Amino acid sequence: MYIHSAVLFRNRLFYALVALAGIVVLAGLYSVHLMEEHGHIITGMNNQIVWGIPHVFAIFLIVAASGVLNVSSIGSVFNKHAYKARAPLAGLLSIAMLGGGLTVLMLDLGRPDRLLVAATNFNPTSVFAWNIVLYSGMFGAVAVYLWTMMEGRMKPWSKPAGFFVFIWRFILTTGTGVIFSFLVARQAYGTAILPPMFIVISFAWGLAVFHIVQSAIYAWTNKVLDDYVQKRMKNLLGVFVIAALYFVVAYHLTNLYFARQSDFERFILSDGGIYPMLLWAGYVLIGNVLPLALIYLPGFGKSYHVNLASVLIILGGFSLLYVFIIGGQAFPLSIFPGFEVKSTFGDGAIGLYYPSAPEILLGLGGVAVAFLITAVGIRMLDFVPHEDTKKFH
Amino acid sequence: MIDNTLNRRQFLKSSVGVAAVAVAPGILLYGMANGGSEGASAKVRWGMLIDTSHCAEGCNDCVTACNKENGLSGGVAATDSQWIRKIEIKEIAGGRQLSLPMMCQHCENPPCVDVCPTTASFKRADGIVLVDKHRCIGCRYCMMACPYKARSFVHEALHDQNPDVPRGKGTVESCTMCVHRVDQGLQPACADACANKAILFGNLNDPDSEIAKKIRTVASVQVRADLRLNPGVRYQGL
Repeated sequence: MYIHSAVLFRNRLFYALVALAGIVVLAGLYSVHLMEEHGHIITGMNNQIVWGIPHVFAIFLIVAASGVLNVSSIGSVFNKHAYKARAPLAGLLSIAMLGGGLTVLMLDLGRPDRLLVAATNFNPTSVFAWNIVLYSGMFGAVAVYLWTMMEGRMKPWSKPAGFFVFIWRFILTTGTGVIFSFLVARQAYGTAILPPMFIVISFAWGLAVFHIVQSAIYAWTNKVLDDYVQKRMKNLLGVFVIAALYFVVAYHLTNLYFARQSDFERFILSDGGIYPMLLWAGYVLIGNVLPLALIYLPGFGKSYHVNLASVLIILGGFSLLYVFIIGGQAFPLSIFPGFEVKSTFGDGAIGLYYPSAPEILLGLGGVAVAFLITAVGIRMLDFVPHEDTKKFH
Repeated sequence: MIDNTLNRRQFLKSSVGVAAVAVAPGILLYGMANGGSEGASAKVRWGMLIDTSHCAEGCNDCVTACNKENGLSGGVAATDSQWIRKIEIKEIAGGRQLSLPMMCQHCENPPCVDVCPTTASFKRADGIVLVDKHRCIGCRYCMMACPYKARSFVHEALHDQNPDVPRGKGTVESCTMCVHRVDQGLQPACADACANKAILFGNLNDPDSEIAKKIRTVASVQVRADLRLNPGVRYQGL
């Protein structure tokens, strides 16, 4: 009787969560309808801050979608059994987040109805056009990879498929970083450190998302994560967070060294209001110092500490992207170096941006899409890690 | 038998007549749309030379003329389109002050064209950089890429458009160098409207054109020349 009611409760909770995510998706779609009807005037975006909070959500999801596949790669490419058992779940999460991120990116377009135009007019010099190929290819590659892992007869192909996905996602995240590093005139962008920075950041964010989902599944199915696996994955998360921080520090240090960049760095690091606050409190403190303490300090590092650390890493990730994408645009273009500039078009002035409800809902809608794909996927197919603990040691 | 033949003949005649009536307007319209358009010539490179010493501070005539010609609202909110704007600049080291108009610089190597995923941003053979409003998906990547902040995104529905200058909500736009006027042999509205003749428009490739002669004789610069985009707009006295 007890077991029966527990199952019933879980069933109800599952449908309640799915319904909640469905409502968030609907709210996001309604926002898109409003943006279609009225135009982007109802968002906080303008001619200076042309990419806003939807892009923060979309890029987070896409970057994490690539990074989460690290779990698969360590299993398939580097033959670690503890990770191999988790590869299907990582593949599902990748498809889910990629789906959520791309939904946001596409629905934020000024003309989302012209998707066919984007598919039929390919500009080979555009990183955006490359990314259309990279993102859709990623769906296919991960789907095939999942098939090779989950269908017994296809098992021999799982290693080459895993290797292909490994290569593909490196190129994909490079492509995401290159979107910014190819911008010649923006002081925040236009540097070759961005693609590797995005790759390493993706490792941390992807693994943080994986930790949370894995813990939720284990709690849901009353399973306990093996200590060895927990310790390995916890340490890996810590290393990724430190490596990502290293790249962010290197990016700012390089900028600080160049006199022409010092005004921009002063803006981002100290004078820019919300941006330095989000960078220091959001990214450095919440996204790095606290999670690393939770992972490494003696007495910490338990499963729930790591889960909390993962949530903080994700919050830190959103903070960093907000500073990078929106702060990077808020700082005025240097059209006349050495001159003070003013005009009716915001030249020489810090751009103002206040995200509006519709665009925030659009972003959250993308997260809900990712949640729905994950929840339904786990419910319908066998994505729960099955491990043979004897093989770990 | 005779009647049959006559009927057939009449039928054929009337069929040809009907077909001609049906097809003729199409041919006529096709001719109107395509006939006589020679396309832009690569022998020409349209450009401008802006003499900042003749550009008066506080004068907005070029901006007003552009707004009127292209059907822009003239609003200056952060979400309003501004194809040309007056910029007041002051040298930090020396304190020298200047006023000048800034618009799409019609680069030879335009970053907006490079980054556009759908080839909606394109450069005509004569150097004018345009946005195909039917291909633009409104991703705004070109706005991120432009070093001159020359582009605007249409944030809301438009009314009372100029038929010669199609625009569209959800797409990106910028100075067209008044391509519709240039193709008729006229000069851009801003150049026309400048009472001080601060904007000189012409063919940079024609060594005998006034603009080419002046560029040969006076010191002029391209804005952010360090980026090597080779803009078609040059500034004198900067």
